[in-house]
Amino acid sequence: MTASGNPLLQIRNLQTEFRVSDAWHAAIQGIDLDVMRNETLAIVGESGSGKSVTALSILRLLPMSGARIARGRILFQDRDLVGLSEREMSGIRGDSIAMIFQEPMTSLNPTMRVGDQIAEAIVIHRGKSWGDARKEALRLLDEVKIPAAAKRMEDYPHEFSGGMRQRVMIAIALACRPKLLLADEPTTALDVTVQAQVLALLNELKTAHDMSVVFITHNLGVVAQIADRVAVMYAGEIVETASVGDLFANPVHPYTEALLRAMPRVDVSAELEPIPGSVPSISGRPEGCNFAPRCQMREPRCSRHPQLSALPGSPGRCARCLVRVDQEQAA
Amino acid sequence: MTSATMTSAPSRQPNALIQAFRRNKLSWLGLALLVFIVAIAVFAPLLSPYDPLAQDILHRLEPPSAAHWLGTDTYGRDVMSRLFYGARISLFIGFVAVLIAMTCGSAIGLLAGYFGGLFDQFVMGIVDVMLSFPTLLLGLMIAAMLGASLENLIVAIAITEMAPFARVARAPTISLKQRDFVEAGHALGFSHIRIMGVHILPNMVSDIVVVGSLWMATAIRTEASLSFIGLGVQPPTPTWGGMIREGFENILNSWWLTVFPSLAILITVLALNILGDALRDAIDPKMRSE
Repeated sequence: MTASGNPLLQIRNLQTEFRVSDAWHAAIQGIDLDVMRNETLAIVGESGSGKSVTALSILRLLPMSGARIARGRILFQDRDLVGLSEREMSGIRGDSIAMIFQEPMTSLNPTMRVGDQIAEAIVIHRGKSWGDARKEALRLLDEVKIPAAAKRMEDYPHEFSGGMRQRVMIAIALACRPKLLLADEPTTALDVTVQAQVLALLNELKTAHDMSVVFITHNLGVVAQIADRVAVMYAGEIVETASVGDLFANPVHPYTEALLRAMPRVDVSAELEPIPGSVPSISGRPEGCNFAPRCQMREPRCSRHPQLSALPGSPGRCARCLVRVDQEQAA
Repeated sequence: MTSATMTSAPSRQPNALIQAFRRNKLSWLGLALLVFIVAIAVFAPLLSPYDPLAQDILHRLEPPSAAHWLGTDTYGRDVMSRLFYGARISLFIGFVAVLIAMTCGSAIGLLAGYFGGLFDQFVMGIVDVMLSFPTLLLGLMIAAMLGASLENLIVAIAITEMAPFARVARAPTISLKQRDFVEAGHALGFSHIRIMGVHILPNMVSDIVVVGSLWMATAIRTEASLSFIGLGVQPPTPTWGGMIREGFENILNSWWLTVFPSLAILITVLALNILGDALRDAIDPKMRSE
């Protein structure tokens, strides 16, 4: 699937900071991302790499007291979301940008009928009557392939299974026909067969609604299944961007490589290699390359902080590694 | 109900209530007593053999007899009729005062818990100060300031009972506001008012109602105490507390004047407490066996 025209979402030099014992520390820094129309961009990384913070920054859903967007721009449909008022943001949330969360079991209000929860966003953003909104909700439930939708409209969330609840969540997110869908690990809590169904559904809806999707996951298997392009994050930075084919065929950044080696594969019977150590905390990041302490290819020059550099060959291919970028350019 | 649905603590099935009633036989007694008292209050004009205000000087201070089942008071008024009409006042005051306290207190707790920060500290500081006063003492001060009347009594009791409701509403708000569906509500662009009213409040309304039933018992006690002191509803309107006060002067030779209104208060408070406990068990996941 190729993208065309201007990017729908452009993130430039985004830095989001958290307050840790009265000092501000960058949770993500220097994030540059483009999301094209009708494209699925996967953001991959370990826990604590900043992928969720990136998504929450786009919708400005971070807790006001303990987090701030320190610099950068988030251009969506030619508007900079960073500068919008809270009121203007409310008009965008759930309307042109929607989000689905990791935990389908707890992301629905247990005291509200499922049909009403889907209709609610339509009433708020579209100003429709409850009657019309519920008709639309029924159509959406059908679209996310919930059997006997008309009957299920009247059920409460606890009467649904995990996979069905995630479908409901998707229906809610799609209620106002968003241009951009942020999916924060939407399949992590589901078992593998249900996961595959939900991914297939998301892919189908993306095409049908001409939506762009930012898909956050730590699961490379899921990435291979759904993404067009991938951004790998480590310790608050993007360390590699590539098309999904390039990433799996020829990972450049040592971290990406290590991630792939740590992933079980059916076709290769190699030993799984865990990555030693863990992601540095946001207040304790090393001076130079963030990954250097865990990197097997570490060289003395890695004590300088590397920039995200374009690689020769395929366009849009970038990596943040001094050693590897030199090797690639020499090749 | 499958085991899968029970593992998710938030889903509170309405039939948990029925289950609790089934398990706890005592809760039926509480419910029966309360229905009985409410019925008496509602049908007082039909059930009362005499006019509760009609004086009969010739038959004053008569012990219980066939004509006056519960005896007569200093003015020869029928104690049973006064007791029945008194139920109306006591239940009315208890119910309305708790309703006001519940509404205002929960709103305060909800706002404090939801917005947090300095506002929360300020509001809950005041609440803590109010909680540190015994209910009766606080009610006494407010009732004395406002003056004795039915409306003022309701206001006084409502104010004394606001603080516990604020506490009770604040705690679940703090935990609910971090729940995924509230976050999802923010991500859908819902307003704070909508999230508080539609997504947080319905999830804790059962906690509030349980506490409400327990505090209604306290409200009825406070009403009786204040009326006993003379700060409540003024004579000749019959109230249970007022009846005890009037009978108190003759407690040694006319026991029925104090015993029957005291029993009425005892039974009502007991019924509300039993019921409140049963309700609490029904919604407390730790108390639920299956």
